[in-house]
This record gives sequence, C-alpha cells and structure tokens, in this order.
Amino acid sequence: MRALRSPKVLAGSALLLVLLLLAVVGPLIAPHSADWQADRTSGLPLAPSGRFWLGTDQQQHDLFSRLLTGGRDTLLISFLAGLFACALSVVVGVTAGFVGGLVDDLLSALANIFLALPGLLILMVIMKPLPPSETSDPLLIGSVIALTAWAWGARVLRAQTLALRAADYVEAARVIGERTWRIILFEVVPNLLPILASAFIFTVIYGIGTYTALAWLGVISPASVTWGTVLNEAQSSGAAVNGYWWWYLPPALAVALVGIALALVNFGIDEVINPRLTSARTGRARGVVFRLGLTPVLKSAAPGPAAAPSNPVPLKEAQP
Amino acid sequence: MRTLLRRLGFYLLAGFAAVTLNFFLARLLPGSALQNALAKLRGANLDPAAIRALEAQYGTGADHSLPSQYLTYLSGLLHGDLGLSTSQSAPVSSILGSTLPWTLGLVGTATALAFVVGTLAGIVVGWKRNGLLDGLLPAATFFQSVPYFILAFLVMMTLGYFGGFFPYQNGYDIGRHAHLTPGWNGPFVTSVIEHGTLPALTVVLASLAGWVIGMRNMMITTMDEDYVLVAAAKGLPQWRVAAVAARNAILPTISNFALSISLVVTGSLVTEIVFTYPGVGWQIYQAILTGDYPLLQGILLVVVFTVLAVNLVADLAYVALDPRARKEA
Repeated sequence: MRALRSPKVLAGSALLLVLLLLAVVGPLIAPHSADWQADRTSGLPLAPSGRFWLGTDQQQHDLFSRLLTGGRDTLLISFLAGLFACALSVVVGVTAGFVGGLVDDLLSALANIFLALPGLLILMVIMKPLPPSETSDPLLIGSVIALTAWAWGARVLRAQTLALRAADYVEAARVIGERTWRIILFEVVPNLLPILASAFIFTVIYGIGTYTALAWLGVISPASVTWGTVLNEAQSSGAAVNGYWWWYLPPALAVALVGIALALVNFGIDEVINPRLTSARTGRARGVVFRLGLTPVLKSAAPGPAAAPSNPVPLKEAQP
Repeated sequence: MRTLLRRLGFYLLAGFAAVTLNFFLARLLPGSALQNALAKLRGANLDPAAIRALEAQYGTGADHSLPSQYLTYLSGLLHGDLGLSTSQSAPVSSILGSTLPWTLGLVGTATALAFVVGTLAGIVVGWKRNGLLDGLLPAATFFQSVPYFILAFLVMMTLGYFGGFFPYQNGYDIGRHAHLTPGWNGPFVTSVIEHGTLPALTVVLASLAGWVIGMRNMMITTMDEDYVLVAAAKGLPQWRVAAVAARNAILPTISNFALSISLVVTGSLVTEIVFTYPGVGWQIYQAILTGDYPLLQGILLVVVFTVLAVNLVADLAYVALDPRARKEA
C-alpha cells in the first residue's frame, strides 16, 4: 500500500480514527448525559471553567458532554450517505459507461440534471415536513442525503469505465467469452477502486456538511443531540452576537476536523491515482527538480540495496 | 452547431425536470404535514381568493384533476407567478425581486473573484512546481474540506467578533446611529461594501482552493504533453510556454466550474444566513422557520434556473474555446 507511506494519508487516517473512536465511545466517557442540566434556574450560559470544560448553554447543558455525544449520529449519517451514494454511483456510472448507447445518454443526462440541482435546498423542502419519528432515523436520512449526492461519483466512474472498456485486457476477456457481469465485476470494478474511494470521501464530506446544515437550520430534529442541533440552539439564542463562542465554536471545529481528516486522505489517494500530482515539497517527490521536457530523477538518491537493481547510478539529470 | 443544439436540448430537459420536480415535491409531502402547512396558510393574513389560489397550487382545495393543476402551475410560472408567501402575505416573485440583487451582488462578485484568482494562482503553482506556493497546498485542503457555514462561523468569529475588522451582521449599517438612505449614495455604498466583505471573503476562501488545486493538477498533466515541449524547444520565452500549457489546461477547469456551481451557490446562500445578510439565503431561513412552502419552492426554482443559466454560459465558453468540442458528435 503505497498510499500509507504518504504523510498526508497517515495524518489524515490517524485523525479520522481518533474521531471515529470518539464517536463510538464518546457517549460512554462523557461526564454527563447530553440532557443533563446543571441548574435550571439560571438562564445565562457559563463560560468554560474547571467544572464545565466547554461551558454550558442557556439551559445549563454541559457542552463538553454534548460535543462528545453529538459525534455519533453525525458521523453515522454522513458515512451512511457516503456508502449509499457510492453504491448508486457505481450502478449508474458503470452501467452507463459499459453499456453505452441510449442507456448511456439517458443516465448521463440524469446525472447531469442531479449535478445542477442544489441538493441542500431540495433536502430542505423534502425534510421540513417530515415528522420527528422519521427525521431521527439515521438510515432514512442517510439515504435521502445520498439521493442528492451520487451524481458526481457516477460521472467520474462513467468516464473511467469508458476508458477501461476499451482496454486490451477487457477486450481479451470478452473474446474468451466471459459473461458480461463477470467482466464488470472482476475486470472493471477493481480498477475503479481508487476513484471510488475518492468519490466516497468526497460524498462523506458533502454528507457531514449537509446533515449538520440541515440540523443547524432546524429543518430536521434528530432524536439525539448532534453537532448540528447544538449549532441550531446556539443560532436561535443568538450565541454569536452575544459572544458565547464556547457554545458553537467546538461543534463547528469538530465538523471542520472531520472534513480535514477526510480531505488529507483524499489528497493521498489523488497522488496514488496520478503520481505526477505529487507535491515537490511535501510529497514523495521531495527534492526532485522538475524541468520541462526532462524526466525528473533524484539527484542525491543513495543507491540503497532496495533501489540498487533498478537505478544503480545516481544520475544527475536524465536526457529526454 | 449540433453540439450547441444538443446542449440546449439538455438544458430545456433539465429546466423542465426541475419545474416538474418542484410541482410534485409538494404533492409527495406526507398528507398530515401538508395539512399542517395549509393550516398555517389559512391562518395567514391573505384574502380568500389568494388562499384558493394556494390550495389550487397544492392540489388540496379545488377538485381539479392532476393534469389540469399541472397546466395551471406551468402557465403561472410562464407568467412569472411563483405563488404567494404565507408568512409575508406577498407574492414570492416580489420578495425575490427585492432580495435577489443582494445575493447576485455578493455571490456573483465572490465567485467570479475566486474563479479568476484561483485559476491564475493554479497556473503559477503548477508551472513552478517546486516553488514555495506548492507547500501551501495542504493549507488549501483545509478551506476545501470545511463546509461553507462552518467556515463562515470561523471567519465571523476571528475577523468579525474578536478582530473587529469588519461588521459581521446585516447588509448595511442599520444601527441606532446610522442615517443611511438605501440607494446610490456614497455612505450607503461604503456601508454595503464593508458589510459584504466578510461573507464574500468566506465564499472566496471556500471556493478558491478548489480552483487552485484543480488548475494546478491540470497544469501539471498538460505540461507533460508534447506540444508544450515543442513550444519550449522552439525557444519561446518562459511565460509564452506557460501560456500554451495554461490555455489547454483551462478547458477542464471550465467544465469543473459548471459542475461545482450548484455547490458554490448553495454554500453561499447558507453563508448569508450566518451573516444575517439580507439576500435570498436569509429568506430561506425565514421560510424554514415559518414553514413557508411557496417561498421555499420559489427560491428553489430560481436557484435551479440560475445554476442552469451559469452552466449554459460555461458550455458556450467551452465550445468557443475548444475546437474539438465543436466537431464532436
């Protein structure tokens, strides 16, 4: 796994792992339950202190506990949305790319229409009237969000499938007489995996942004406390104007952290798919001098035992 | 020409699909929820004729058949009639008329700025691969991966609330000591620009990274093409070789622009809500709070058509720039 050697991927996956772990055990290690109230008589949010690490909100909920409990549903729904959307985009993209003809035209038009539709606004119209019993179902919310998120992946996967369909080994498999489903499953799909991973990450980022935005705007009312609902309460109490930064900054930063972790992983995947994109400063190509028309070679490459057979002499600069 | 007709056909289809979807969205709502919305609507301060019109729009009151409702809806749309807002007792079109200029000014400026600056920066970063700027790419990831409204919160907090550099609320100064008359006068325009700075900065920051990274990656891929090598071998000055590569690398960026414009617009609308900017985004928030479906759907339709229009312009630009697109199919 070359991807694992990239420092960006390592940092991203480590961060993601910590966040996922916190989402799983967060509700268990939180000092109080999410609905616990310190003092019902006071109506003023308390600033962070030794007793309440992240302060309290207007109803005197402990915000640190709410931050720890709020991650579970948020992450669950965004990952579910990513999974469903990816499944949809594989079905649509690979079918369009492999079958071609009229099917391709129709599916491509469909994907393009969905790309042009503003997903968040449509979700608002759909979800606003749903009763709370339905908006608290992660499976339902995840799949509805996925319905607005699959088109981008389908488009990219279709383009790659088109390229693969013309590849020699797929042609060979067809000549041998492999069945179509077998060609698709064993020859085409495995080669789509890096792109699929990238599309998955993109969709999860979209999912967490969309879900948090929906909860923040009060379009959906989840059964449990999420980062979005904390933001919603902060918004309706005017926390930003009153300077209660501890109320909405931590959940906002938590959402941002998830996005950054995923983007770092995605950055690494991009460089694996297309090694030319590697950054000359931070990536694997550190120290390489790129000059137009010349193949870049490490100037100071020490001929270690592993590198020796392929590149015995450290070249200064290769000729084109 | 054929390509253009094909694309135009697609936009007609997409526009029609959006209109139809909008029509059926209201009818797909669960019955009880729809009754809920209509109850609010009956309580609203509307004259009976207007309520009947709304009931017809949602297919509950009058006993018309679905096709005839659909035709009424379509002809209403063609006359610019988007229905009546239940919370503000005014036609949706007139509400949009007064808020759309704010949004177009803010989002239009910010998006155009981000696209131009981002593309130019991407060309430089891609051309000077091992330059200092390349080291900034991971920082760009941050802005690319954080949802718009979260970034808006962070910008508002740091530069607005704690920094105090710019006002972070409303579209212009409406404080007790402000004596501004909206219109084309100096103080008002200055105030609008001041108040627009932070929302615009948010939109620019959030979308800039995408353009830079996209352009950089295309630049690097294009620079390996033989024609760039030929340009260099002919002894052209550096900047002209870069221009040869950039002209070819910009084509996919234009189609990317078309692809991501709906995300950018949605994100900008949400940014308006954070900054209580008096544009369409703020109306969305009001509509959600009050359960104002006609307004919400009217906004949805307007946004869809704006996005489609931008897509069409991007398509035309693509065909104008790339001779291959004219020949194809």
